[in-house]
Amino acid sequence: MFIISEKVEKTMKNNIDYEKIEQRVKVKQGIVKTLTYVLLTFWGIVVLFPFFWMVLTSIKSYGEYNSEYIPKFYSSNPTIQNYLDAFTQVPLAQYFLNTLIFTVITTAVMLVVITLAAFAFARLEFKGKDALFVVFLSMMMIPNELVIITNFVTITDLEMRNTFAGLILPSIMSVFYLYLLKETFQQIPDNLYQAAKVDGTSDFKYLLRVMIPIAKPTLVTITILKVIECWNSYVWPRLITDDAAYFLVSNGIQEIRENGFGRENIPAMMAAVVVITLPLIILFLIFRNKIMEGVSRGGTKG
Amino acid sequence: MKKKRFDLGPIKGWLYLLPALVFLGVFMVYPLIDVFIYSFEEGYNSASQTFFGVGDYNYQYVLRDPYFLQALKNTFILVAITVPLSTLIALLLSVALASIEWLRNLYQTVFFLPYVTNTLAVGLVFMILFQKTEYTEGLVNLLINFFGGTSVDFIDGPYWAKMFVLCLYTIWIVMPFKILILTSALLGVDETYYQSAKVDGTSKFRTFMRITLPMISPMIFYLFITGCIGAFKAYSDAVALFGTDLNAAEMNTIVGYVYDMLYGDSGGYPSYASAAAIILFTIVLTITCINLLVSKKNVHY
Repeated sequence: MFIISEKVEKTMKNNIDYEKIEQRVKVKQGIVKTLTYVLLTFWGIVVLFPFFWMVLTSIKSYGEYNSEYIPKFYSSNPTIQNYLDAFTQVPLAQYFLNTLIFTVITTAVMLVVITLAAFAFARLEFKGKDALFVVFLSMMMIPNELVIITNFVTITDLEMRNTFAGLILPSIMSVFYLYLLKETFQQIPDNLYQAAKVDGTSDFKYLLRVMIPIAKPTLVTITILKVIECWNSYVWPRLITDDAAYFLVSNGIQEIRENGFGRENIPAMMAAVVVITLPLIILFLIFRNKIMEGVSRGGTKG
Repeated sequence: MKKKRFDLGPIKGWLYLLPALVFLGVFMVYPLIDVFIYSFEEGYNSASQTFFGVGDYNYQYVLRDPYFLQALKNTFILVAITVPLSTLIALLLSVALASIEWLRNLYQTVFFLPYVTNTLAVGLVFMILFQKTEYTEGLVNLLINFFGGTSVDFIDGPYWAKMFVLCLYTIWIVMPFKILILTSALLGVDETYYQSAKVDGTSKFRTFMRITLPMISPMIFYLFITGCIGAFKAYSDAVALFGTDLNAAEMNTIVGYVYDMLYGDSGGYPSYASAAAIILFTIVLTITCINLLVSKKNVHY
């Protein structure tokens, strides 16, 4: 009897300890969780703050911005004047249009070129195919910096400086996207191709009617990634254009910074920055999953 | 049965490849050979397309050029600081991201934003945040003042202040890619490993060091290599912050040096540019090889 009650007492004590331990664990987990969210939110602010600041600055008037020794985190009288200035005082619309033309043509031509090539690699049989594909793959390792020098000389010799042809031609080919598309094409079952052959469908028709529709998701991903790349390209356009009539947005914003609005008109500059940044952000918010999936399959930046 | 009009046969494949071959040949293969030729042609004159002789003078010139040495130093500092730091921060943030469910998508979306921004454009925002002008000290300097420090001009000021902003901006830019890769790697680790560790009563830290880290080590290594390659080719982030005259700002990078030699006020020397580009390529190749050798011992595949 005595022994049993002692046992009971012990068990009860253990129970209490368990509760305490459980509680302690819960508190600890809570703290860890809170810290996790604090950390994530902190980085979120680091990422978002420059965007907030550019929008905020762009709606302050020139006078308001320069009179604030300690900048305010709000605008007491927001204005869209800076946006009007960005489009009237500097040729921002021109830069925009140039970038649009450059992006659309480059992406479109690239899609045609790599679709044809990927089809050849994935479906057609010919001598030297495998060896050639290895050569193509090895091209992925060639840094742009190494070939840009000769390309610069080539385009200059062809007198294509300050032309769209000069901007576009060397920017078209992308071995990585070709590789991505070839992989997708190869996943399309062979018997579809055999069936089409029996029906007497030509290779080209098969490519158009069957392969392209099936590979559409990959094609969309490639298109978006190429558009981002084109929209942000800076080095090649800078080398090959010195006439502001052919500047793309990256060079345009550099030009605006160096001799844009006459005096140091930072709010107007920020308005231009917002206008340049916005299209890609919108594109990203629409195609978020496609972009992130595409980038994780092999995009590199930094 | 319908008779085929003509049979292209074996050359059909080549026809489909023709456009790709032309573009690759003209803008990649030929330039690749040509850049080596340029780099050994001494005294090349781009106007008359003549040169004096063949030799390693271009390399000697570049390696003695103080602007190149400055660019080399800047690039190495940039790589040494940003690559380990960004990988580490990305790992920390990815672990945090992988451990939560609520709002994970939102955080992931926000963290990815720098990837889709124009480097040149957003660089200007960093510039105004860090710059000191006659009107304002700049937000960052006001913060420094608030905490009792003295303000520095991060854009036109001392070397280390400028290097600090450059590193910060570079990290800001490269983070999305690293977080994306690491988070999906972390989420891809098989749950059963964690469960067995839990049954064994292994502590969280030990689980991370012994299970998670080895499982994602190939990805960390991949990021380290691509990070090195990317940072060695840094250029547009520097232009975004300090303008196109990077030599005057003492903030030039190797790639910047190549382009300055090619074009602009100091340009017109494709031979020097080629030599510098090949030196850069050699450095990147060497470091990648060393990384591969080291990783063989430490990375679990």
